Amino acid sequence: MADKPLLPDLMKAHGISRRGFLKYCATLTSAMALPPMLAPKVAHALETTARPSVIWLSFQECTGCTEAITRSHAPTIEDLIFNVISLDYHHTLQAASGDAAEHAREQAMKDNWGNYLVVVDGSIPIGNPGYSTIAGISNLDMLKETAEGAAAIVAVGTCAAYGGIPHADPNPTGAVSVSDIITDKPIINVPGCPPIPIVMTSVLAQFLTFGLESIEVDKLGRPKAFFGETIHDRCYRRPFYDKGLFAEGFDDEGAREGWCLYKLGCKGPTTRSVCATVKWNNGTSFPIQAGHGCLGCTEPDFWDNGGFYKPLSVPAGEYRKLGLAAVAGGAALGVAGGAVGRANKARAARAHETVDAHDLEKKT
Amino acid sequence: MSTNSDNLHGREAVDLLKSHISTGNARPVLQEIHAALEALLATGTTSTIDLGAIPFGPGDERLLDEVLGKGELSATLDVLGTSHVEETGIPGVWRIDHFDQNGETLSRFVEVTFLPEILKTQRADAEAGLARLAIRLEEHDSRTH
Amino acid sequence: MNNPYFDLLMWARGPGFDIALTILIGGILLRVVEIVVLGRKKDLAKPKGSPVSQGIKTIFTRSVPRKGMMKDAPVTYIGGYVFHIGFFIAFFFLGAHIALVDDLIGLNWPAANKALIETAAAASVIALLALAWTRVKDPVRRALTRFDDWLVLVLSGLPLVTGYVAVNQIFGDPTLMMAVHILSAELLMIAFPFTKLMHAVTFAMARYYNGSIQGRKGAES
Repeated sequence: MADKPLLPDLMKAHGISRRGFLKYCATLTSAMALPPMLAPKVAHALETTARPSVIWLSFQECTGCTEAITRSHAPTIEDLIFNVISLDYHHTLQAASGDAAEHAREQAMKDNWGNYLVVVDGSIPIGNPGYSTIAGISNLDMLKETAEGAAAIVAVGTCAAYGGIPHADPNPTGAVSVSDIITDKPIINVPGCPPIPIVMTSVLAQFLTFGLESIEVDKLGRPKAFFGETIHDRCYRRPFYDKGLFAEGFDDEGAREGWCLYKLGCKGPTTRSVCATVKWNNGTSFPIQAGHGCLGCTEPDFWDNGGFYKPLSVPAGEYRKLGLAAVAGGAALGVAGGAVGRANKARAARAHETVDAHDLEKKT
Repeated sequence: MSTNSDNLHGREAVDLLKSHISTGNARPVLQEIHAALEALLATGTTSTIDLGAIPFGPGDERLLDEVLGKGELSATLDVLGTSHVEETGIPGVWRIDHFDQNGETLSRFVEVTFLPEILKTQRADAEAGLARLAIRLEEHDSRTH
Repeated sequence: MNNPYFDLLMWARGPGFDIALTILIGGILLRVVEIVVLGRKKDLAKPKGSPVSQGIKTIFTRSVPRKGMMKDAPVTYIGGYVFHIGFFIAFFFLGAHIALVDDLIGLNWPAANKALIETAAAASVIALLALAWTRVKDPVRRALTRFDDWLVLVLSGLPLVTGYVAVNQIFGDPTLMMAVHILSAELLMIAFPFTKLMHAVTFAMARYYNGSIQGRKGAES
């Protein structure tokens, strides 16, 4: 790693002034959701830490996460690749292919054993390792082999973090998440389908500048800075929810007025992400602002959580058939119960003996 | 503005409407600025408020600009894209907006300080400047002689 | 990797709700049909008044306290009203509940705002506490109270409290609290046909019956 120049030296070599470096640090600090007072610490970290080697593994995925991360505006992927990390293997972005690419990975692992960072997107099929291979190596083998010398792993996207769409019922490939396989390395999950681009780059940047300890994660392994609150909490349509104003269809009056999408199946109340504040495409918009409810893509099993267009309060099971059966069954049991009651009454009437005062006196 | 707003259509009308959308966050930010300015005068502590860290709508921006107003000093930095550094109508309160090479906003801050750090010449840059000046003088000398 | 809270919520929305609904509907029908089938001995005497109109009238008039009772048992009457009206508002005017009814039977109406619903829910819970207090305080009522009564009291209060906690995220994970809220409502549904909660259905039958007996005798009910 000693041969990798530090960022300020790199910037100087490219004719970028110290002011440029300060601007870069201020922006990076803001993007990492850190208080502005920490900007000098970010600068210090960048001045003293060598750019670590990063190996990016893409397994059962749609390349949506990679597509998304290349759209990050602050820090940009170029920022990260050129300034903060040394991206030594990413089979979609790298120029090398075939054997040369695999050699790059092996070389990076050898040179940085115990210190490199592994980023994974996509789930891992364990039903049959042949379902997904790279250069003839199964995803399972490549993950195990590469993870062994890693300092830490960042699982990017819901597939890598929780199994995602490949894991959805009936899960034909036996897809699992990174944390289902690797249990002896620190893993940070950055879920989303795809995750918000700047959330991916910011988590990477924070990890690389301040280290693993600086990132506080929740029970599902997600950084609290980006997954601490639900979308519902921060949604600009929340006032309509509180007023009881809901869109009932995608083209009705309420939809045009921008009312709450809860009744159209919005999963905002149970979905943790910063979509409503950080937004997408350089802060332009997010799904709810575009008029569609949240699908809940940062949560495990979001694909199987009861239908995208069913409100959260609406039952997801087979209650209609059961309800009809209950009506018939209840009525039948009621008739039977009534009949038993009538029979008892009749028997009691038959067994009835008239008692007069003399009888009672006799008894006592 | 209200006089010609009736004649606006399409995108312009939407933009005008949008400029009034407020999250209600401008007031607490202004209070924070007030406290920061008091601290600056009392103890010399400088503070920075990251406007990207809180939901801040165009309506909030409008209120912030209205209350702070325009000041005496405005600078444009040409460094990794442009940056605007402006003192507001409240001396000691600065707005710093960073843009990238495509003009997209990178980050936005309110700084409460006597002079924003980024305006000062940085030591490393001055050192580089000294070296550059020496080279230029040498070149100049060799040309004139 | 799974989120156990989501699994619980999905169970509550899926099999849990199916079970609860089946027991609720089946149980109500069982009990109502049983009562109707059991029947009453035919009264062969010629009616002196109008049993039907007196019966129907009684269904409503018994909702108004009798003279002097308001003074004798103010907590019971006021608490009773507040609880019933509050529970009704909180249940039928929250958007999420309307969505549920809409999905079940296709009926839809406007939702109320949060302030109204939360005031109603809070008032209901306070009323429940007051009613519980009179059960402990009054020796007659204490003697009449059985386990069933305490169970019903707690089961009616739980959905109100858990709903408030879930919507306002007072504590706990929002997904977990939503699951807990739905489960608490399902407990209420399951207990409904087999406890005194059943009065919500049978009150009309009982009042009509009492009223019609009086009407038949030519008396005002």
